[in-house]
Amino acid sequence: MTEEMIIAGFGGQGVLSMGKILAYSGIMQDQEVSWMPSYGPEMRGGTANVTVIISDERISSPILTNFDTAIILNQQSMDKFQNTVKPGGVLLYDPNGILKPPTRTDIKIYTIDGAKLASDMGNPKIFNMIVLGAFMQVKPIVQLENVIRGLKKSLPERHHKLIPLNQDAITMGMKNVVEK
Amino acid sequence: MSEVKLMKGNEAIAEAAILAGADAYFGYPITPQSEVIEYLMVERPEDRTGMVVLQAESEIAAINMVYGAAGTGKKVMTSSSSPGVSLKQEGISYIAGSELPCVIVNVVRGGPGLGTIQPSQADYFQSTKGGGHGDYRLLVLAPASVQEMADFVDLSFELAFKYRNPVMILSDGVIGQMMEKVIMPKQKTRLTNEEIIEQYGDWATTGKPKTRERNIITSLELDPYRQEAHNHKLQAKYKKMEENEVRYEMINCNDADYVIVAYGSSARIAQKTMEMARKKGIKVGIFRLITLFPFPMKEINALADKVKGFLAVEMSAGQMIEDVRLAINGKVPAEHYGRYGGVIHSPEEVLEALEQKIIGG
Amino acid sequence: MDVKEIIKPENLVYKKTKLMTDAPLSYCPGCGHGTAHRITMEVVEEMGIWEDTIGVAPVGCSVLAYDFMNIDMTQAAHGRAPAVATGIKRVWPNKYVFTYQGDGDLAAIGGNETIHACNRGENIVIIFVNNGIYGMTGGQMAPTTLPGMKSSTSPYGRDVKTMGFPLKMTELVAQLPGTHYVTRQAVHTPNAVRKAKKAIRKAFEIQKENKGLAFVEIVSNCNSGWKMEPVDANNWMVDNMFPYFPLGDIKVDGELVK
Repeated sequence: MTEEMIIAGFGGQGVLSMGKILAYSGIMQDQEVSWMPSYGPEMRGGTANVTVIISDERISSPILTNFDTAIILNQQSMDKFQNTVKPGGVLLYDPNGILKPPTRTDIKIYTIDGAKLASDMGNPKIFNMIVLGAFMQVKPIVQLENVIRGLKKSLPERHHKLIPLNQDAITMGMKNVVEK
Repeated sequence: MSEVKLMKGNEAIAEAAILAGADAYFGYPITPQSEVIEYLMVERPEDRTGMVVLQAESEIAAINMVYGAAGTGKKVMTSSSSPGVSLKQEGISYIAGSELPCVIVNVVRGGPGLGTIQPSQADYFQSTKGGGHGDYRLLVLAPASVQEMADFVDLSFELAFKYRNPVMILSDGVIGQMMEKVIMPKQKTRLTNEEIIEQYGDWATTGKPKTRERNIITSLELDPYRQEAHNHKLQAKYKKMEENEVRYEMINCNDADYVIVAYGSSARIAQKTMEMARKKGIKVGIFRLITLFPFPMKEINALADKVKGFLAVEMSAGQMIEDVRLAINGKVPAEHYGRYGGVIHSPEEVLEALEQKIIGG
Repeated sequence: MDVKEIIKPENLVYKKTKLMTDAPLSYCPGCGHGTAHRITMEVVEEMGIWEDTIGVAPVGCSVLAYDFMNIDMTQAAHGRAPAVATGIKRVWPNKYVFTYQGDGDLAAIGGNETIHACNRGENIVIIFVNNGIYGMTGGQMAPTTLPGMKSSTSPYGRDVKTMGFPLKMTELVAQLPGTHYVTRQAVHTPNAVRKAKKAIRKAFEIQKENKGLAFVEIVSNCNSGWKMEPVDANNWMVDNMFPYFPLGDIKVDGELVK
């Protein structure tokens, strides 16, 4: 199994940390992982993206042009990455702020109302975990228990109390993902 | 076994410096390698091992702090990115001329000038052919993974002290910024002052006891004949490195018709190209350079007897290709391919170049 | 009387410190460097710290200071001595580390390293020999060259409108909280030499107590560069250099002298 994905959105949406949690979860499952972010000024208020690869085998290139999955969280990223999804691949996006929805017909398209759900749950910070949950529902390549183990490992002890909230957010995402 | 961690290449370098028992790090922030000094400042190595970390006022000051501390027999490291490494060249030339051990990390970004903060491999000439003034060489290691970022720190210190020569870890923005699994080496104990005096007392400026003549760290020798003799000594040392320290990795070269020569992140990208090519029935192998100086001249020359052509892939306008061609010595075609100025070539682009420039050519 | 009858311990009035080598000094006759070297080494000897002292030589006339000072020494790139000394002191905090620099080295090309080492309060001693000119390279203008003073790169005299003003580096570093002791001395008369030596001693004592950076400027001559006889050079220094670079303590115990 090799999953090559891109997560793209605004800086501050938790794009990079969502990728990091996925990578950690892969490690918990004894898989090979790579996490390659866009970096520099474009992160600050602009768009941010990260390429995450989870594989059973040694990972060759951390730099890719085509992806099995694209998780897209703003219009610029939709414009930039819609066409990078491999035929038959998955495009998951939050329709909030998307004026031009994807037009591809050779891929599977899902939506998750992450921003609205996070707002409903009273905490915009868990937005990225809701989206992560949606992805896990669509492509169960990482198991919830491994995500939680990964969170425990990656978060400082003082933040461990937030893990149940994150778990709720993932569950919320899993339940609310919609196939287009 | 140590635990598996998820780390950025830059963080791995920093942690590995602490674990290698380094005595000091002197640096100045610059993208895309500022995580090195940031990580060290967070980790408080002064408390963990007694390692000194200091943010200098400039790259120039940082390399000269390295020069001073290295002259006393201590294990010292600095890191920077391309424009900062250009600033360090004066100090690097002094360190090479004075024959001092130290480790210099360059997480390369695009140039020339202030260039871009995006990844590049356009500092190959600067790293392998001198960089500063005078006839000197650095021993240059090119990590291609976060694990190698970690592993090459201790290796670099070993080689630096073995040859009393600066060692450069030539990385780039991809390897520095990406996160991968990494298993950290075990903590090495820092040498005590007494051990340093015992091991390096014949050259290090640790304070002159009655039992020996004074030690002087200098690259100055005004008498040209003596300066020439000193240069002969340096050249003999570099020749020894060429004989003993060539490191490389060959992937699927046994049955290969075509070989991609690459290092660092380009070698990773090229591996994807190789996978894609082999699916199409094109037998491609990878010759990955681990040491850029010394360069594996003999090994690539021998490979040239068995294959139809080489593609040198590097994120530059064509620097390493010159050494590849010297190694091949005209036996088979060798062409360069690479995006540069901060643009990273894709595996598909590399495959296309291979098909057009080498297979079709 | 035979010479042998004179060479007796009771007749000894002066003995060269063992921390000066027997290498003939490369300095011009009448130059202040030799005296500045000697009193620095005498202080190191008198304090009994020579086994724990590491010196840093600059680029300039005193580039070969390590040929004359019989202690462990590192030769620094032009202007970088304070950074080199910082590197040494940070990894050997119990050693005595000093730099010995000229005005071009310390105040021009090394201005940044000087200011930042002072500002960090590195526990080192900086000995700054200021003769208002680049001696080694043949008498070019220094940052400390006086207004109107001729040099090979200000052949019609330093025009402050286009060449800037002489830089009072010592007053400048005295403003920084990292410096503990800042003084300006000279070595042109026996009395001045005694005072300068006392100042250097004080500077090393400050390092011993880890109180911060101690900065000793020595205003000196350059009879070759100034194109004067040694005695004339000293007189010219007194008449012209001292008014611009007045001797005395500028900062003592971390407090500016009023």
